[in-house]
Amino acid sequence: MQALGIDVLFKGTNGVRLLSGLWVSLRISLISVLISLTLGVLVGILMTKKQPVIRILTRGYLEIVRFMPQMVLLFIVFFGSTRVFGWDIDAELAAVIVFSFWGVAEMADLTRGALISIPKHQYESAAALGLNGKQTYFQIIIPQTLRRLIPLSINLITRMIKTTSLVMMIGVVEVLKVGQQIIEANRTSSPNAAFGIYAVVFLLYFLACWPISLLAKRLEKKWAVA
Amino acid sequence: MGGGVKKKGYVEMSTDSEILRVEHLKKAYGENVILKDISLSVHEGEVVVIVGPSGCGKSTLLRTLNGLEEIQGGSVTYRGVRVNGEKSGQPRRRFLNMKTPHSEKLSEIRQKVGMVFQSYELFPHKTILQNIMLAPVKVQKRDKQEVREEALALLERVGLKEKADAYPRELSGGQRQRVAIVRALAMHPEVMLFDEVTAALDPEMIREVLDVLLRLAEQGRTMVIVTHEMSFARAIADRVIFIDQGGIVEEGTGSSFFRTPKTERAKKFLETFSYDKISKHRKTG
Repeated sequence: MQALGIDVLFKGTNGVRLLSGLWVSLRISLISVLISLTLGVLVGILMTKKQPVIRILTRGYLEIVRFMPQMVLLFIVFFGSTRVFGWDIDAELAAVIVFSFWGVAEMADLTRGALISIPKHQYESAAALGLNGKQTYFQIIIPQTLRRLIPLSINLITRMIKTTSLVMMIGVVEVLKVGQQIIEANRTSSPNAAFGIYAVVFLLYFLACWPISLLAKRLEKKWAVA
Repeated sequence: MGGGVKKKGYVEMSTDSEILRVEHLKKAYGENVILKDISLSVHEGEVVVIVGPSGCGKSTLLRTLNGLEEIQGGSVTYRGVRVNGEKSGQPRRRFLNMKTPHSEKLSEIRQKVGMVFQSYELFPHKTILQNIMLAPVKVQKRDKQEVREEALALLERVGLKEKADAYPRELSGGQRQRVAIVRALAMHPEVMLFDEVTAALDPEMIREVLDVLLRLAEQGRTMVIVTHEMSFARAIADRVIFIDQGGIVEEGTGSSFFRTPKTERAKKFLETFSYDKISKHRKTG
C-alpha cells in the first residue's frame, strides 16, 4: 500500500474529497449530456432538411466543433469572454457550455446519419400498408432510428465524461484536481502518492463509464438489425 | 394496337366488376418518358401478369396503381376514385414533416390495394407477428385479438406459424417474402400487386413463394403480377400484358400470349427465355 501510495487515500477526508471531486465531474457531464442528447436530436433532424441556409449553418457548426480542440474552446469561453465581454462566467457553467456545444454537434451528426440510413423502402412499405405520416414515423422510423442511435450516443457520452478531466484547466475542482491537491499535500510523507491517487482517479473514471459501455453492448446485441 | 378498343369492350361489359382502371397514363422523370399512354383495367377475380424486358417500366406501372408514383398524365382509378392526385407520389423521407403526402383517401385505397415488394421490406424491429398485425390494428383499428388469430391462421397456411415470434433477420429470403404476402393479405385487400417478388430470391426459394401465389389465384384473388418467371406467368395468368419501351405492345390471355404471340417484339422477348431458339435465332441472323 505504502509503495503504491494508496495509503494517502485513507488519510483524513482524502477519500471523501476525491469522491466529491468525482461528483463535480459527473455533474458537469450529466448536465452536458442531457442538453446534448435533446438538442442534438433536434438539430440532427434539422440537418436532414434540404433548406440551404439551415444546411450551411449546421454544416459550419459541425466543422467548427470537429476541428476546435475542446481545451481551446474552454479557454475562449472562460477567459476570453471575461476579457472581451466582461462576463463573469462561473467555471462550471463555462464547462457545461463548452461540453454542450460539442455534444450537440456530435449528437446532431449521429442523429442525421441514423435518420438517413433508414432505407426509402421502409417508408414505402409503410405507405403501401396505408400507414399515414405520423404512424410511419412513430411505428417504423423513430424506433429504428433510436436503435441505431443508442449505441452511438453512448459512445459519445463516455467520451464526454472522460473529457471533463480538462475542466481543471479553468479552475474547476473536479476529481483530477482534487487528486493533484492530495498528491501535493502529501509530497513529503508519501512521495509515491502520484501513482496511487492517479490510479484511483483512473479507476473512478473507469467505474463511471464502464456500466454505460456495458449497457451499449447489451442494447446493440438486443437490437441487432440484420 | 388493339389495347384501347379491347379495354372499352371490358368497360361496357362489366363496369361493376372493374377494380382498377388506368387511362392514358403517362409517367416521366423530366425529359425521360417511362410510360406513355397506358390504358388497362383489372377486374374482380382476374390475374393479370405484366411482362417485358428490364427497364420497360412495368414495375413503375405497378407502383402507380397504389399511388407510390406520381404521374404526369392520364388517370389511375380504384373503384372510380382517383388514386393519383396531388397527394400521391413517393412518401417523402424528410423528417418532422407531419404534413405528409398521404391523404386519408389514399390511405384507404392502399388498404384495398395491397402490395408486395421485391425485397420484402419487413420492418426489422418488429417480430413476424407484429409486422403482420401493425397495419390492421393501427390503420384499420381492428380488434387486436381477432387480428392476431387471423395472422396466425394465415402464417399457418404458408407454413410459418412457428416463426410468429421470430424477427425478420432470422428468416430466409423465401420465408420473409411469404411473410410479406401474409402481411398484405391481413389487410383484406381487394387486389394485390406483386412487384417481382421472386427477383431477389435464391432459385430454390422461388418455388415456395410462387406456390403461395398460385394458391391465392386458385382462391380467386385478384392480382396484378410483375414477374420475370415466364413459366410461372404462363401458369397463373388470366391475362398477360406485354410492355416494351413504356407502352403496351401486346395483350392477350395467358395461353395465347405464350403460344402464339402476335407481335414481333413479343416473339423476340419470349425467345430470350428459351435457349434453343436463341441459338437458332443467332444462326439465321
